[in-house]
Amino acid sequence: MPILEIAVKFGTYAVMAGILIFALGVVTLRNLFHCALCLAAALIGTAVIYVVLQAEYLAAIQILLYAGAVVTLIIFAIMLTEHLAETTIRQNNSQSPLAITGLLGLVALLTVLILRTPWPVTQTALKAKVSVMGLGKALMGTYAFPFEVISIILIAALIGTVVIAKKDDPEERL
Amino acid sequence: MIRAIEFYVDMIFVTAKAWILDLLSRFLPDWMVVLASITISGVVILCMGPIIMMYLTLLERKLIGRIQNRYGPNRVGKWGLLQPIADGIKMFTKEDIVPANADKIVHLLAPIVIVVPALMVFLVVPFGERMTAVNLNIGLLYFIAISSVTVLPIFMGSWASRNKYSLLGGMRTAAQMISYEIPMTLAVVPAIMMSQSLSTNTIVLAQAGDYDLHWFIFTPWGIVGFIVFFLCATAECNRPPFDLPEAESELVAGFHTEYSGMKFALFYMAEYMNTFTLCGIAATLFLGGWQGPFFPSWLWFFGKTFVLICVMIWFRGTFPRFRVDHLMGFAWKFLLPLTLVNILLTALWQFTSNLAAWFWSILVLGISLWTLVKLNRTFVPEKRHYPLES
Repeated sequence: MPILEIAVKFGTYAVMAGILIFALGVVTLRNLFHCALCLAAALIGTAVIYVVLQAEYLAAIQILLYAGAVVTLIIFAIMLTEHLAETTIRQNNSQSPLAITGLLGLVALLTVLILRTPWPVTQTALKAKVSVMGLGKALMGTYAFPFEVISIILIAALIGTVVIAKKDDPEERL
Repeated sequence: MIRAIEFYVDMIFVTAKAWILDLLSRFLPDWMVVLASITISGVVILCMGPIIMMYLTLLERKLIGRIQNRYGPNRVGKWGLLQPIADGIKMFTKEDIVPANADKIVHLLAPIVIVVPALMVFLVVPFGERMTAVNLNIGLLYFIAISSVTVLPIFMGSWASRNKYSLLGGMRTAAQMISYEIPMTLAVVPAIMMSQSLSTNTIVLAQAGDYDLHWFIFTPWGIVGFIVFFLCATAECNRPPFDLPEAESELVAGFHTEYSGMKFALFYMAEYMNTFTLCGIAATLFLGGWQGPFFPSWLWFFGKTFVLICVMIWFRGTFPRFRVDHLMGFAWKFLLPLTLVNILLTALWQFTSNLAAWFWSILVLGISLWTLVKLNRTFVPEKRHYPLES
């Protein structure tokens, strides 16, 4: 079915272009809320790319965690600040040139790494698929220790948040 | 003979689709047939969503009417059957008002975007045997992921309206939906554990048994999971008693205060379609989906789903609205620990024999419920008496 494949290919490139445009929007738009919405769109676009690459599980998790939770949290944070209705927020300051230099360095480094890595593109590697069951078995078997460590870190972060957010005891201050 | 007729009735929609595709494949190239197959499922879903929504509004108004001792709509058509169409015409002809200071683009986008996830989740709902539009092997995860996006368009609408009531409604929505998503996701885990699959189809198949009545709800963890899931589903689609985002006595209409005409209708449509899909998934996970004796599978599925929807309408007619802090406390302090206990219980159930499992699970559930209720007891200050000075 070459026609369908070509259509998928064009669609993928269109989605990629969309992601880039929305990502540009995140860093250039002057309204904080619009930036957050652009971020959501870019993240959902990334999930679409995952679907095209046959990583459905990763795509679902990407939407669940990033578009569903992180962006909502960001928007919630914006709602609680005074920037809610402002339309003019400067997206750059005196540190911008420095940041751009650092970013260009990172891009160069990544490019070199990507070009040097011998990607094992074979027919079997292309058809390899990570099943949810395999993922679960790996997490509970081979990678049980890192998995537990991450859970402990997350719980520590959770308890830390509660401690920070807790109201100060009025008698303690005296 | 009866078996054959049963099978034929059961497969009537599947056969119809296969027949159409067979007809098309005679004079169309292969890739067009693939597209046609997608289009048929897509068109059926795209038509079914709005039609279900239209008649859900009628069902709701009729039932609420009966609960409140009145008739409900009965003037347009026989038993008010044409009422949804009259409502639709009214919505189309209404003036579309956009507030002067509103963010025009986001205000326009919000009601359009909200329909997309509401329609997308229909893809993995198993309407009957072999009647899942796309049998994804991560179906359930897909459902949870897509329905979690619903918060964003509600937020867009509430923010873009530049109205304090809208904004308050939007913030309440975000807080409520994020909170209730967590116990909802955790309540699903036991069903996934027992069927060892994320595919909605496999979960239904795991509930087959004697007379196809081996439903998950007939186990202690199943009934707890079902109740938690159903309560969270009611909260997720902002229905009473969890309708704080649009509490009409406090916030005018919540996040859709500034919407009128067709834009408002789209918000409404998304809400009702979410009600339907959430009830459908609840039926799939715990009530055996399309499994059941005697009747065709799709009849069982729709029957179960509509029973659940009627229970939701019954909630609306019966319960007063939650208070904001009670709403949050209920999700975080009661439902969340209960679901965690339930997951442990499911593991216990898997590894113990039948009678002992019943005994232990009822014991554990009883103790944890009692503890949670005790811990969640509301603080009631001691009653003070002020004797009159004589």
